Amino acid sequence: MARLLSCRLNGRDRSDAVADHILLLDYLREKVGLTGTKTGCDGGECGACTVLVDDKPTLSCLTLAATVAGKRVDTIESLGHDGQLSAVQRGFHEKLGSQCGYCTPGFIMASAGLLRRNPDPSDDEILEALGSNICRCTGYVKIIEAVKHAIALGKQGVAP
Amino acid sequence: MPAHNIGGYVPMIDGPEKVSGRAKYTADIVAPGQLAGRIYRSPYSHADIVSVDVSEALKVPGVIAIVTGADCDKGFGVLPIARTEYPLARDKVRYRGEPVAAVAALDDTAAREALRRIKMTVKELPAYYTSKDALAPGAALLHEKKPGNIERDVLFELGSTAQGFAEADLVLEGTYNCAEVCQNQMEMHAAVAEYDAVRDRMTVHASTQVPYYVHLMLSQILGMDMSRIRVIKPHVGGGFGCRTEALNVELIAALLARKANATVRMVTTREETFITHRGRPETDIKLKIGMRKDGRITAVECECDQRGGAHSGYGVVTILYSGSMLYAIYDLHNVKYTGRRVLTNTPPCGAFRGHGTVDIRFAFESLIDELAIALQLDPFAVRRANLLTAPTFTDNDLMINSYGLPECMDWVERESGWKKRKGKSANGKGPRKGWGMACSHYISGASKPVNWTGEPHATVKIKLDFDGSIVVLSGAADIGQGSTTILAQTVAEVLGLDLSRVRVVTGDSEVVPKDNGSYSSRVTFMVGNAALEAARNLKSVLTNAAARKLEARPEDIECLGEVYRAGKQDKGATFEEVVTEALKDTGTITVTGNYSTIPESHGGKKYRGAAIGGTMGYSYSAQVVEVSVDEETGVVTVDKVWVAHDCGKALNRLTVEGQVQGSVWMGMGQAMSEEAAYHDGLMVTANMLDYRVPTIQDSPPIEVGIVESNDPHGPFGAKEAGEGSLAAFLPALTNAIADAIDIRFNDLPVTPDRVFEAIEKRRRALEKKSGAK
Repeated sequence: MARLLSCRLNGRDRSDAVADHILLLDYLREKVGLTGTKTGCDGGECGACTVLVDDKPTLSCLTLAATVAGKRVDTIESLGHDGQLSAVQRGFHEKLGSQCGYCTPGFIMASAGLLRRNPDPSDDEILEALGSNICRCTGYVKIIEAVKHAIALGKQGVAP
Repeated sequence: MPAHNIGGYVPMIDGPEKVSGRAKYTADIVAPGQLAGRIYRSPYSHADIVSVDVSEALKVPGVIAIVTGADCDKGFGVLPIARTEYPLARDKVRYRGEPVAAVAALDDTAAREALRRIKMTVKELPAYYTSKDALAPGAALLHEKKPGNIERDVLFELGSTAQGFAEADLVLEGTYNCAEVCQNQMEMHAAVAEYDAVRDRMTVHASTQVPYYVHLMLSQILGMDMSRIRVIKPHVGGGFGCRTEALNVELIAALLARKANATVRMVTTREETFITHRGRPETDIKLKIGMRKDGRITAVECECDQRGGAHSGYGVVTILYSGSMLYAIYDLHNVKYTGRRVLTNTPPCGAFRGHGTVDIRFAFESLIDELAIALQLDPFAVRRANLLTAPTFTDNDLMINSYGLPECMDWVERESGWKKRKGKSANGKGPRKGWGMACSHYISGASKPVNWTGEPHATVKIKLDFDGSIVVLSGAADIGQGSTTILAQTVAEVLGLDLSRVRVVTGDSEVVPKDNGSYSSRVTFMVGNAALEAARNLKSVLTNAAARKLEARPEDIECLGEVYRAGKQDKGATFEEVVTEALKDTGTITVTGNYSTIPESHGGKKYRGAAIGGTMGYSYSAQVVEVSVDEETGVVTVDKVWVAHDCGKALNRLTVEGQVQGSVWMGMGQAMSEEAAYHDGLMVTANMLDYRVPTIQDSPPIEVGIVESNDPHGPFGAKEAGEGSLAAFLPALTNAIADAIDIRFNDLPVTPDRVFEAIEKRRRALEKKSGAK
């Protein structure tokens, strides 16, 4: 059965008729057309589909779209302001935290979620926050550098 | 002053798309009216197909078309000598998961329902999941023309091993087993095929490293003229070798699109991506090395069996690489190699990063570590006793012009504090520390392409038009390694322009020149050289135009990038003015750069297949790995890795570091946790939990040293950077574990279970011994 789903997606309210069994991932990609959020596995294994629901990093492939009714959902497309990349985006770009780029939206959203709740995390807190995201290109070394760069940019006032 | 664009830390020019979600990958191409494609896969490992009944599936509402083996009788395969695979199985299935039929439907739900209603009737045949079983006398044949289930055997002896072993002070032997591993790149295989029935044209978007090979195979299996086919490679989410040949996914999508007269989007699951496979085969190695007291290697004898899976793929090349690449790293003579590529009822293996070299290097570097210990030599000293002197040719005719291995070893020895720390760890309570080192190497592109057409090895075009933007047109496939950025940097460097002036267009066969693709680390070297020539040709056009404009001789014109001038006192002409002058007679300017390898690099003819291994330049790598081994749990922690890589010249230090770190880390996955496991031919690790990739919490700091040996043929001296550092990690790890706990692991991956079991076994043996006293 389909019902009307109302949520605040990337800062704008919207309502769509969505079938009960539709995953948040498929709602975003196939219905809304926000393909920045990626599918990397058959469910809950890789973190590529991470989005923020009320600022909390959430696997959109394990979340029914209907459950985000009335909530704020932020995807990779929401980051960046006034034509500038956000601190986390800049970190991943400038420090090569992204190679093929496929895991990148998930990593960036998990990092953004971390920095929204804790703008100055320790090394262990970074590793823990990104522990369920898989990257196959970087060996993670430059991903850690990317997040640290974002933290430094954040201290200069760049939004995460 | 001209702008400088190489040698620094340059973020990728397509980075902003990737960090903002704007980069489109194949599965992101969502258009109204697209059909959903799904593949029906064999539930049998080995069987004669009696019938494939799709009549009930066709009745499912929303199903538009179904294709089976009956729709295509053309074989495909990357090697012209081994095109034995069909997009959809005909007559026979040879592994569990082999595509048998495919459905195009209005939506995925209908397509999946249709799959459930396909009925396949078979006569089952004996199935073999190990090399040993497939090789057993009397085993049923997977392919009629391959007796003994051997896809290819290789045998060569160069020099005399009998004499070499006689000259040795010590001869050691070892047997090694490396589990099968998978690329497991983050993007699952996908294809979008659009058939235009009115004009009989096919457009295929594919997640591939080799758009040109996909183009060739589409033409072959569709029976369509190549000029009617267009292949587009959008952003690609990694590949690591599994996409270096046309895969059944893109071929099936095209067959479906044509039958349905529509556009079909085929996005596979993670499980299907695993089963499509093309990973590194399970490898069994028997190795024997003779060494003198001074560390000099006198003879090498190597036997290698690779469990190749049900079809050849790149298999013939893999088994040849494993032999030929024994050479070109150390000065070896008296080498005997016996290789067998075995056909088994498992998914087909292929070309995984470090193609053919990794498991052999693991065995080799493990055994010389053992020899070093037995002869009381330092592991560095043993390797230094066997260095090559460039330029040279190896016994198997591989050409070496630059050789930074000694400097790589120096760097890791110094930076890791090896001399101070090795053998001096205070191993008291708690985890035991150990240090290990090893070396590896790789090619910068195969000198002879898979498809020999007589064309240059690489071609790049540059377009310059009224707007003054430099547009580089290249077929090189950026799969995340950053080839697009390297091409832009190369062209900008020659022209002395800021990088932002250069745009790179790739990945559309309708627009860009053909390129063989991104594999065997060929792009920076081959396509980079072509880009270099194209840029120089453009510079010459601009210099001539500036000479006309400034009424000077071309040889007196100095290019400063944004300004061209005739002598230091001259105010000169701006780049825009020069462009306007250049366009006056000809309109839009297009220049070409080509690159071809030289015949001396093509390898030899001393045995059948000896060309494999030939390249214009070898990269070199040395590593030191520091581990802690917890003897209570068997858990091995990699505390730190020091790696030095000779990439000739780092055109982009940021991406070189990224490639080297990624290689080392991928080697770590293979060494410590990754393994494709099967139950009755079903891959039971076909997900990202059971196929255990290291997480950020498992992964060590990796410190990278860049060694620049300035290859005489490389673009600006550059060689490859993306593969050569993978292999050394594996033996450096097991050498470090041996250093820590005095137990040597010859079977990979070295999981905590294996370590714990080995420690327990030793403990029980010691107890038994002391009890016997």
